[in-house]
Amino acid sequence: MRRSPPQKLTDYLPIAFPAAMLGLFFVVPFAIMVAVSVFKRVPGGFYEPAFTLANYARFLSPFFGEVLVFSLFLAAFVSAICLLIGVPFTYLLTRLRRGNQVVWLIALLGVLSLSEVIIGFSWSTLLSRTAGLSNLFVWLGLMDRPQSWTPSFGAVLTGLVYQAFPYTVLVLYPAFSRLDPSLMEAARTLGSSPIRAFLNVVLPAMRTTLLATSIIVFIFALGAYLLPQILGRPQHWTLSVLVTDQAIYQSNMPFAAAMAVFLVMASLALVGLSVAISGRKGAGQ
Amino acid sequence: MSGLQLVDIHKRFGSVAAVDNISLSVDEGTFVCLLGPSGCGKTTLLRMIAGLEDPTSGNILLQGRRLNDTPAHLRNLGMVFQSLALFPHLSVGENIAYPLRIRGKSKAACGERVRELLDMVQLPGVADRTITQLSGGQRQRIAIARALAVSPQLFLLDEPLSALDAKLREAMQVELRQLQQRLGITTIVVTHDQREAMTMSDQIVVMSNGKVEQMGAPIEAYRRPATPFVADFLGQANLIKVAAGEGGARFSGGTIPGLDVAGGEGALVSIRPEDIAVLPSETGPVKASVVFVREMGAIVEIYLDAGGERIVAHAAPKTHGDFKVGSTVSLSMPAEACVVFDGAGA
Amino acid sequence: MTTVLTRSFFGLMALFLAMPIIVIAGVALNEKKTLAFPPQGLSADWYLSVFTDEGWRSALMNSVLVAAVAAAISVAIALPLAWFLWRRVAPWARLVEVIGFSPFILPPVITALGALSFWATTGFYGQPWTVVISHGIFFVSLPLVTITLGFATIDREIIEAGMTMGADDKTLLKTVIFPLIRPYVISGFAFAFVLSLNEYIVAYMTVGFTLETIPIKVFNALRYGYTPTMAAVSVFFILVAIAVFGLVARFGDLPKLLGAWSEGEKD
Repeated sequence: MRRSPPQKLTDYLPIAFPAAMLGLFFVVPFAIMVAVSVFKRVPGGFYEPAFTLANYARFLSPFFGEVLVFSLFLAAFVSAICLLIGVPFTYLLTRLRRGNQVVWLIALLGVLSLSEVIIGFSWSTLLSRTAGLSNLFVWLGLMDRPQSWTPSFGAVLTGLVYQAFPYTVLVLYPAFSRLDPSLMEAARTLGSSPIRAFLNVVLPAMRTTLLATSIIVFIFALGAYLLPQILGRPQHWTLSVLVTDQAIYQSNMPFAAAMAVFLVMASLALVGLSVAISGRKGAGQ
Repeated sequence: MSGLQLVDIHKRFGSVAAVDNISLSVDEGTFVCLLGPSGCGKTTLLRMIAGLEDPTSGNILLQGRRLNDTPAHLRNLGMVFQSLALFPHLSVGENIAYPLRIRGKSKAACGERVRELLDMVQLPGVADRTITQLSGGQRQRIAIARALAVSPQLFLLDEPLSALDAKLREAMQVELRQLQQRLGITTIVVTHDQREAMTMSDQIVVMSNGKVEQMGAPIEAYRRPATPFVADFLGQANLIKVAAGEGGARFSGGTIPGLDVAGGEGALVSIRPEDIAVLPSETGPVKASVVFVREMGAIVEIYLDAGGERIVAHAAPKTHGDFKVGSTVSLSMPAEACVVFDGAGA
Repeated sequence: MTTVLTRSFFGLMALFLAMPIIVIAGVALNEKKTLAFPPQGLSADWYLSVFTDEGWRSALMNSVLVAAVAAAISVAIALPLAWFLWRRVAPWARLVEVIGFSPFILPPVITALGALSFWATTGFYGQPWTVVISHGIFFVSLPLVTITLGFATIDREIIEAGMTMGADDKTLLKTVIFPLIRPYVISGFAFAFVLSLNEYIVAYMTVGFTLETIPIKVFNALRYGYTPTMAAVSVFFILVAIAVFGLVARFGDLPKLLGAWSEGEKD
């Protein structure tokens, strides 16, 4: 069994089913969505075939401009915080004994698998006036009276960081766990303090990984569709929320599709960027 | 009788010739080492014999039968891989029984044969262990036992001992050789370790850049290297540029008396360190100064400078006190110990 | 000094990650139908109601069934694809691999909206089985990652050893390759299962009005009437996730599955 190009027709058999399934249930739906994005909305129903760029033209309004800018800003903010905490965390995590790493990884996977609904619900409780953290702070004497911290921008941010943090760590984990520990040891023997060695040696060595991860987490945060609704005010809604809102509640599929296509473009551009970055890293090694 | 024959074997990877027109024949029941530096094509040659690579051209014959078109799994060989390639999901016994099981042998017959093979490699009673419970040397033996389970026509080993520490490696060399002699199986070993090749094999094939430099008995190749490469690769050699001169061969450090160099300019002489005697007198045909003395225990290596030519000689440990760094000595280089490479090699 | 800092950092992060879970676990202990925290009065009724309440129980059944079949579909797509990529030299097949990864990398709303458009166009919108297929596609990436990793860990020399011992392709597949990648297949299934169990938006856009899965029911409960049962069921789901990943870790090498070197492998 040598690795070889497929020759006979039967050699192609294993890939036929995956290709057909992905083609029919991902590529075709995607194409339909793109098509729908130029269709005309029929009030009260779905849509009818047409070719109109009106759905895209709606972006040009200041309202959607603001939503777009806010979405990008929020995702960038979340990504920055996650990396800021996630990088030292992951580094320290990979230095733990393997048994302890496993416990942490299970916990991170557990949190990662939580649905946005549950995360939103629990944080809205935690940040509420009646049942939240502020009661604890009052009890500790840190505050005078309980306060409601949701809905607010801070609440949205907290929820998103909570959701994206495990993802960040798991994306960083392979690179950090394969980092040669002697790199750090060499820096230590040359007289660096642990923190300086981490900043001056580990981080520069991981530059491309960090950049690629920040983009991946950025896209992940861009995809949040429920947390801004549950924890934020309408001005905190992101593009993903609007897509859901237009598709389900406003029954405006063409417009939702147009926004989705736009979201894909933005994401693809970023994925392309991260692939280019990690590809250059691969070539450099 | 010829067991295995390779005829004009050629193997290209892209534009690189990994094996360049090699022909050789291996007698039935002999132990042959393919020896050479990494990248010389020895492993590729072995893999072509095993059927894991196809030669670009040329024929592989086993007992006169052409083997080229027989896929690896029908060649009936035993092969030990560099990584040992023991199946991590099978126990020791299941590993050894694997070639028997897939040939449809009964469980009882397999169990019997596994016991036999484990006795043969002197590891009785480990059949139920997992691979990870074994030491490196034990894994080595299991890989050998597995490769021999079906009594193959040909026993191939790719750098089989490279992962072992020096002491264990020496022991396994002896053991492997004894096992091969007992079974009388045609065996081909790939190695880059010339000591290993010298001590184990009936024949060595020294390779470099995809070509065979020399094939023959190890001691023959050691004493009479066919090329400067072989002289240098097998053990230590002093390769000295010489020219024909009065009463012998001349070089910058003096004259090797009685050595006839036909080619005139540009000939190369190879002489082993153990053939050079270092004498405390300051007169003689070759004068040199001691540069460095390396105490090796059983012998002493003396690094010398003979008129700009660097020469290494061996001496018995008790005499080395005579040779201080910086002192001038004379060298005795007997002509009969020298091998002359005319022109070509220089 | 450094260890104290490290410990408190880990402790702080543990607290941050655990806090919401502690809250919902506590909320579900309320005696009355309220989401107060700390709970007022203690009762295990809400936890039991996940299984006794008709609506929650059927949502639970729906979720488990959808997740199990969807994870099976994900594996059925990922396994032959990963096998082909490992076995064959075919650069174009990378395209299929990229398509397999896209649903997971792109914002989930995209896949959800694509599924909605597709099922609406084909006239199957709202059929309970549509979510199974869409989830199966959505989570292909997970078994694809684990199984591809599984194949990558198979030493080629092991396969060659099998060949020299007389095994043909079919025998190798049965006796060597499949046993070696089985743990990766199982963990791929487990990942897809747990994520499907918790997935909301694709489920909502395909069968949101016809089939209630747990995340959909929790969201509805959040909007239309709070009940501690939703907290109880969330706790239950977290336990399921931890149990599944714990099992994966118990029978496999979790750090390696997530991209670390395997144990003992250093450089």
